[in-house]
Amino acid sequence: MDTLRQTHYQTVDVLVIGGGTAGPMAAVKAKEANPALRVLLLEKANVKRSGAISMGMDGLNNAVVPGFATPEQYVKEITTANDGIVNQATVMAYAQNSYPMIEELDRWGVKFEKDETGDFAMRKVHHMGTYVLPMPEGHDIKKVLYRRLKRARVEITNRLVATRLLLAQDGSIAGAMAFDCRTGEFHVIRAKSVVLSTGAAGRLGLPSSGYLFGTYENPTNAGDGYSMAYHAGAELSGIECFQINPLIKDYNGPACAYVTGPFGGYTTNSKGERFIECDYWSGQMMQEFYDELQGGNGPVFLKLDHLAEETISTIETILHTNERPSRGRFHEGRGTDYRQQMVEMHISEIGLCSGHSASGVWVDEHAATTVAGLYAAGDLACVPHNYMLGAFVYGKLAGESAAARCAQVELAEVDEAQVVAERLRVWAPLERKDGLPPSQVEYKLRRMVNDYLQPPKVTRKMEIGLARFEAIRADLDRLQAPGPHELMRAMEVHAIRDCAELAARASLYRTESRWGLYHNRTDYPERNDADWFVHVQVKKVDGVMTCFKRTVAPYIVPLGEHEMSAYQRLRVGPKQAQEATAAGELATASA
Amino acid sequence: MPIALTPSSVPVRVDEDLCIAHKGCTVCVDVCPLDVLAIDFSKGKAFMKFDECWYCMPCEQDCPTGAVTVDIPYLLR
Repeated sequence: MDTLRQTHYQTVDVLVIGGGTAGPMAAVKAKEANPALRVLLLEKANVKRSGAISMGMDGLNNAVVPGFATPEQYVKEITTANDGIVNQATVMAYAQNSYPMIEELDRWGVKFEKDETGDFAMRKVHHMGTYVLPMPEGHDIKKVLYRRLKRARVEITNRLVATRLLLAQDGSIAGAMAFDCRTGEFHVIRAKSVVLSTGAAGRLGLPSSGYLFGTYENPTNAGDGYSMAYHAGAELSGIECFQINPLIKDYNGPACAYVTGPFGGYTTNSKGERFIECDYWSGQMMQEFYDELQGGNGPVFLKLDHLAEETISTIETILHTNERPSRGRFHEGRGTDYRQQMVEMHISEIGLCSGHSASGVWVDEHAATTVAGLYAAGDLACVPHNYMLGAFVYGKLAGESAAARCAQVELAEVDEAQVVAERLRVWAPLERKDGLPPSQVEYKLRRMVNDYLQPPKVTRKMEIGLARFEAIRADLDRLQAPGPHELMRAMEVHAIRDCAELAARASLYRTESRWGLYHNRTDYPERNDADWFVHVQVKKVDGVMTCFKRTVAPYIVPLGEHEMSAYQRLRVGPKQAQEATAAGELATASA
Repeated sequence: MPIALTPSSVPVRVDEDLCIAHKGCTVCVDVCPLDVLAIDFSKGKAFMKFDECWYCMPCEQDCPTGAVTVDIPYLLR
């Protein structure tokens, strides 16, 4: 394009990439650990309104609060919900830090629901324990985080899109490279440690509406971090355990049976009958949901029309002001009133997101990845079912670990060859006079993801998918961007393609079925613990995407035989369904 | 390669009588996670430049004059 395009160099101690949920916490905690450190929070959008919780959140899904659950019980619940494939040490680190984190957020001014005595008002949604803490006024959470960033004097840069990590000669972290999506300028940021907190790979599958940005996850979270970690040589884990969520049909917000559950709402089939015992999102629950959706009793609905007026008003206030506030507008447009109609539900496109399932960058209980100096937190880091509170806890752990490393290592030299190669790759779409629009390549890629990777997974289909993704790799060299904004979309297509290949290869490698719908392989329909009670890792080895097994570490909280199978028994039997439905209506009538 | 421009009905509407971008306001542009809003400098008003919307609503919520309205994108309505 023009000769004014520049490359900027800067040096910090800790670089945090991604300013949504985990990132701000990591930056604050790194700075608190050592106020003398230079901590830079780099954000693709604007830290004030970025990430999965840009408009707030309506509750904590997995709060481990004394009196309601112990860390040991929580570790059991998640081990069971994730069909045994967990590194319990990471889940335990979350569980033990969960309550202190709630107390800290409470002091910072995040509003949680409390009862008349000032105790947290916990609700039961999970299959076994009680872990849900509502935040009816959770819309302010980003403001609270922003105030803490300012107070801690964290440096912030907005509108910088990180594309690759910089590596030292020994393979450890040396920083990262990024470009400005407003000017196209190239940035090299040297750092002793880097925290990746770039969120889910939310633009992997294509929503059935065909609208590229109508995804469940914030579509800014295009999987950039998965791609960066992979190319830096980090191990990724559980990628084949896809994220699939039950959503409102056509609208990308969760139907939130788990929010409405404590008020008496529930998921039903078209006959208004319950078919699952527990609305907590798990692969097993999604399989039952999918079966009902495809079966003669489909589609699936959220039922609220039996509830009292004041209950429905309360539900509307929570669901229409938090997380996805355009939801009320969607219902209005369709003429749906919770008082009169059940809400039609559907399943989301596939994504990678450890916050909901288990697909992420492998981390230990200190948020360290397998690359020295690289830490990961939030939806991107493989700690199953971690959700928002997990992002805060692992943000804290990552920030503290990243700060501690700064005292032990020297700043690595920059390898100019990496800078030159990456700048060439990033600027290429701007240089091309003629080529493919990023939106078209993205549409085709994501349509192929739907066609070939969406569960139920079929071996031959996934192999064809891989061939299609390989063909699209060649199209990446034809992407053309008229300006820096379109360049951002072009580079996101690179990351989405990487994620599609990761998803296909990890899924093909695990030749069994596990996690309900998340990894339902029709040609290997049974769970096979003898061969597959292991983590499946993916890593770049000599430039090749390589899958291998990693042993599940011995449990620190042992589980009984009966406890392990709890999530396999989610379907309500026919007689039970009638009783459950009748009981629900009885409870409402007497309420 | 020949390229065609296909028109698209976009979800974010800006009331130009209320918008104060000509006074230097860029709040909606600043808060958008997808960076799809821009200022038309010839008019001094904000507008949706790219149809890449998550209908998440910070632009509407944070606008100091109430000039911005986020509709559900047509494909989803």
